[in-house]
Amino acid sequence: MIGLSAYLVLAALVFSIGLFGVLTRRNAIGILLGIELMLNAVNINLVAFARFNGDLTGLVFTLFTISITVAEVAVGLAIVIAIFRVRRTVEADRLDLLRG
Amino acid sequence: MLASVWLPLSVLGMPFVAFVLLAVVTPLRRSGPRAGLVSIGAMAIALGGALTVWAKGFVGETTWVWIPADGGPIATVGLLVDPLSTAMLVLVTLVSLLVQIYSLAYLREERPASLGRYYTYQSLFAFSMLGLVLAPGFLQMFIFWELVGLCSYLLIGYWYERPAAARAAVKAFWITKLGDVGFVVGIVLLWSATGTFEFTDLFEKAQEHALAIAGLPTIMFLIYLGAVGKSAQFPLHVWLPDAMEGPTPVSALIHAATMVTAGVFMVTRAEPLFALVPEVLTLIGWVGAFTALLAATMACVESDIKRVLAYSTVSQLGYMMAAAGAGAAYAGFLHLLTHGLFKALLFLAAGAVIHAVGTNDIFRMGGLFRAMPQTCVVFVVGTLALAGVPPLAGFFSKEAVLGGVWEAHLTGPFLMLALTVLLTAFYMFRVVFVTFFGRAHAGGHPHEAPWLMRGPLWLLAALTVLVGVRWALAGAGGHEETPAWLAPLSVGLAVVGFALAWALYQRGAIDPARVAAGLAPLDYLARHRYGLDALYTGLYRGVLLGFSRLIGWIDRYLVDGVLNALTALTLRAGDGLRRVQSGRAQDYVYGVAFGMLLLLVVAQLWR
Repeated sequence: MIGLSAYLVLAALVFSIGLFGVLTRRNAIGILLGIELMLNAVNINLVAFARFNGDLTGLVFTLFTISITVAEVAVGLAIVIAIFRVRRTVEADRLDLLRG
Repeated sequence: MLASVWLPLSVLGMPFVAFVLLAVVTPLRRSGPRAGLVSIGAMAIALGGALTVWAKGFVGETTWVWIPADGGPIATVGLLVDPLSTAMLVLVTLVSLLVQIYSLAYLREERPASLGRYYTYQSLFAFSMLGLVLAPGFLQMFIFWELVGLCSYLLIGYWYERPAAARAAVKAFWITKLGDVGFVVGIVLLWSATGTFEFTDLFEKAQEHALAIAGLPTIMFLIYLGAVGKSAQFPLHVWLPDAMEGPTPVSALIHAATMVTAGVFMVTRAEPLFALVPEVLTLIGWVGAFTALLAATMACVESDIKRVLAYSTVSQLGYMMAAAGAGAAYAGFLHLLTHGLFKALLFLAAGAVIHAVGTNDIFRMGGLFRAMPQTCVVFVVGTLALAGVPPLAGFFSKEAVLGGVWEAHLTGPFLMLALTVLLTAFYMFRVVFVTFFGRAHAGGHPHEAPWLMRGPLWLLAALTVLVGVRWALAGAGGHEETPAWLAPLSVGLAVVGFALAWALYQRGAIDPARVAAGLAPLDYLARHRYGLDALYTGLYRGVLLGFSRLIGWIDRYLVDGVLNALTALTLRAGDGLRRVQSGRAQDYVYGVAFGMLLLLVVAQLWR
């Protein structure tokens, strides 16, 4: 029987990989992918807690998160395409119009 | 009783009405000669009123509460009509009227708007001077005192486009202000000690010996300082010669006959108070006599006809003050009145000469007797009166002054004044000989002045003679107590002065240049005005400007420096912090992630 902590460790690993991607990827698409990983790490946590506590609230939350993630990816990709149209690049390093 | 209030009030009010009319109704003011006629008409009515007041011998005091307070008003305004003020009323209105008439011709070539401005100031001046003369207390006197000072400033600077005139106006204003500061402080100190500004109250207290205030000498000295500034006493006399930059009629009215005598008038008015402080009186006497002598020596080397008369005015003011200091304020006041007549006459005659030849320098005139005999005659009348030749008006008043100073046992001042008699005759006849006689100079065709100018001259000359003759018939002006040897002495000194002037400038028996070389140090000092102007300029440049520069340095480098450092620091800090904002989204995420991590660690350790 696999315990709760194993799920939590997996979720933490996935979250860290996602965060690493967000921080280090130069490509905006890659950053979006990183964000997806972080959100799914959260989903793993929710499902694991729901399973081990016998409480269905976590499952319901996960469904919400998945649908919101879909919307987020749609909006995020649209923004990336809009940026590409204007700047002809999606390199995160070069999108620094707000530099002080 | 009613007439004794309303008549002086109307005398005071007429010039004021004229002033308001000219100041408010712009088209009238800009019409020039018509504005002059308004002012002259008002003065004529005022003169009529003043003569009536004088002839009927009104005496009385009327006051209205100005600043009410519990337990009696703090300040009142009103009219004090007595022989002193009525005599001044007549003098002021008479000379004002004649000067204003004279100005119509003298300033004929002015632009109408300027001429209107001139008459507006003239009306304001007449009002202010009359208000000063009628003042029943120190406070009202001070207010009008400042008003006449303002008018003096405005009229000296009448030709304000000329830098010299503008400078002279400012100089006159500031130097008289120097004395006025003392005056106002003295008045307020006197008020805080006695609780009243009123002359009658103060005099009553003085008679009841209720004025034994600590520091009364200081108070009276401060009040006297006002007179030093206004009446051009040493060492504040330097503004008066420069004031000659104004139009000549202004010099005649303000800087000879009326305003400059305000100081003497004030001392005469407050005589019962000054009598309580003999040490201040002695000082007044010495300063007056010294001023008289000093100014007379400077008049001897001056070649500008108006400046000679200006120094002569300073000198004669010294006489009046010396008399006041000797306790013979009556004699000084008498001299004030006669001097007002003949000095106005001399100035107006000098104006006619300047008008004719277009220069102030007596050595570029000469032989004017043929061209303008009438002016010459009246000028000589004025000169004789000033030199103190009987039976002209100046003789008796000067006699009274000398007698008063002698009686007061002020031997030093007496000797100085006696020497001044000689010098007065000398420098005045020097002007007469050089200007009207001697070799005629080429250039221009001098001509007699128009009758508008000659009329006032003849009237003043006639008055100078008539007043003197009347006194002569009445018996030496009622001053029999003067020593018998005094009259021959002063006339003798005047004759010596006359003879010297004749020998030097008419006969040519002695070369003036050789005399000047013989008296080289004195000549040098007198020509450089005893270094007083240079001293004041030096004080101004060195002390005042030096101090200002120091303050300016502190402001620029210390006060501003601290602020500049603060702003520079802020700018630099902002510039440094700016670099934190990279504008890259990932850097911000770093911040959020590590911040979160940090918070977690802290939360763990805290527990």
